[in-house]
Amino acid sequence: MAKQSGKNQVGTWIGFVLIMLWCLFPVAWIISLSFKSEGETGAGSAQFLPKEPTFDNYKAIIDNPDFTRALINSFGISLIATVLSVIFATLAAYAIARLEFRGKRLVLSLALAIAMFPVVALVGPLFDMWTTFGLFNTWPGLIIPYMSFTLPLAIWTLSAFFREIPWEMEQAAQVDGATSWQAFRKVIVPLAAPGVFTAAILTFFFAWNEFVLAISLTSTTSSRTVPAQMSFFVGPDPFNPPYAQLATASVIVTLPVIVIVLLFQRKIVAGLTSGAVKG
Amino acid sequence: MTATMAPEKDVTKAAKRAASDRAQAENRLGLKLVAPAVVLMLLVTAWPMIQALYLSLFRYRLTAPDDRAFVGIDNYLTILSDDQFWKSTLTTLLIMVVTVAVELVIGFAFAMVMHRIVFARGLMRTSILIPYGIITVVSAFAWQFAFSLNNGFVNSWFNWLPFIADDTNWFGDYPHAMFAIMVSEIWKTTPFMALLLLAGLAQVSEDMLEAAKVDGATWTQRLTKVILPNMRAAIMVAVLFRALDAYRIFDNIFVMTKGAEGTQSISFLTYRQVIEQMQLGLGSAMSVLLFLSVLLLAWLIVKLFRVDLAQARGEG
Repeated sequence: MAKQSGKNQVGTWIGFVLIMLWCLFPVAWIISLSFKSEGETGAGSAQFLPKEPTFDNYKAIIDNPDFTRALINSFGISLIATVLSVIFATLAAYAIARLEFRGKRLVLSLALAIAMFPVVALVGPLFDMWTTFGLFNTWPGLIIPYMSFTLPLAIWTLSAFFREIPWEMEQAAQVDGATSWQAFRKVIVPLAAPGVFTAAILTFFFAWNEFVLAISLTSTTSSRTVPAQMSFFVGPDPFNPPYAQLATASVIVTLPVIVIVLLFQRKIVAGLTSGAVKG
Repeated sequence: MTATMAPEKDVTKAAKRAASDRAQAENRLGLKLVAPAVVLMLLVTAWPMIQALYLSLFRYRLTAPDDRAFVGIDNYLTILSDDQFWKSTLTTLLIMVVTVAVELVIGFAFAMVMHRIVFARGLMRTSILIPYGIITVVSAFAWQFAFSLNNGFVNSWFNWLPFIADDTNWFGDYPHAMFAIMVSEIWKTTPFMALLLLAGLAQVSEDMLEAAKVDGATWTQRLTKVILPNMRAAIMVAVLFRALDAYRIFDNIFVMTKGAEGTQSISFLTYRQVIEQMQLGLGSAMSVLLFLSVLLLAWLIVKLFRVDLAQARGEG
């Protein structure tokens, strides 16, 4: 890779600039839009940058109880679903990676099938079931399906990770006088933690992003998540959506994603690719 | 010879019995560990699907629960003879084929750049994960506003192109609206495609490429004869994942057009039947059809392209 011809080097540079533009330009666009005043977007503002940047939209969004409530719902539901899903997935992935049991391939195929499942097909029956069980428009009403739909990804990612762990080290530690709990806690947990963590990030992204169930199984702000709340936020004039405020909400809800990506980019890439393609 | 073999046989038998006891215990433990996950996955998918199968045989509208009656396969006949159903299926397939094809080309180019780049690898990885991590609804809004007639920059920046004018209404007719929807979809999901392809690219041996180069193979020859065949598994897995995901497209359409101008996808149509019209009977029938079409699609892709997921995972 080191000995590249000059022509190639230029091509790579151009590619680099194009990729950066591709990834960051739309983000810059919503940030720019979030600083335009309501008057400016109301009158029509076709240029990219705001004429007079203002923080008014941020104030309005943060003072909007519906939005802050949705933000709390999003965080709560996504975090709980992530923790529970990762716990169950860890148990299953451990079994898949380390134990021989009948139906192993079946479990993996089932997980794959569910990952491909058309979520919308479940909306009707789930709506019916959830109203019967009193789960409609509640946190658990979203947490349960989010767990089911993130389990496949978590199981695939984790079993790929677990397969790489040198499990003999557990016995080695026991031979050296560690109790089995110590061996587990001091040897296995540190080795498995990165994989578990990666699965958790991917699971969180899914729950944070989910939209179909969020609009179908909720009816008020008591459990509506941010994507759902945003899609129903039309403002007073249905023909002129509150562009700037929606852009502001977009920026705020994207911040956690950017923070996670900045901190854990290496882990996320490893997780995304290990689950699907591994040589 | 047989005399010396006999005792050995006994030993192996005993060992086998002990091994099979252990194997059974392992089998039980394995099943116990996967059970909670399996139950959870089935609870929210298989059980409602069975319910949908049952409900699909009834005339049943939530707004008129007393009017519920068994109608057999009437719901299916109604749907299959409906124009809207076929139009939205066609729209969905069109979105799927175009977006996956474009993503494959751009994603491959991105993967090549990321594979070769020697500087700023972390920065690039971080940037490419942003579209991947961003909420689809946010992506839809960003592009809806970019294409907006009054507040978007697309018209004023690209009005030098023959088919774009200052007053092009991107949400006023089918082709324009479809274009805007596809742009949002492609923007958000190309990074995922690129990362999967990058992982495949990393498996193509540098030695083989070097050898091809020494033998005088041109860049195109190296691409088509060495690189692509060697990352076939990765490409197929990426295509399978993305195609099935694109077939479920919903968020972008919901936000950008609300299904106007004939841009309803099959998922959107199902959602409308169930949630907006409260047609549980008819909607359930659509759910069943949607489920079956995804199965069919997955089967077709796996058969046509001979995708081997186990092989792609290195399980052999």
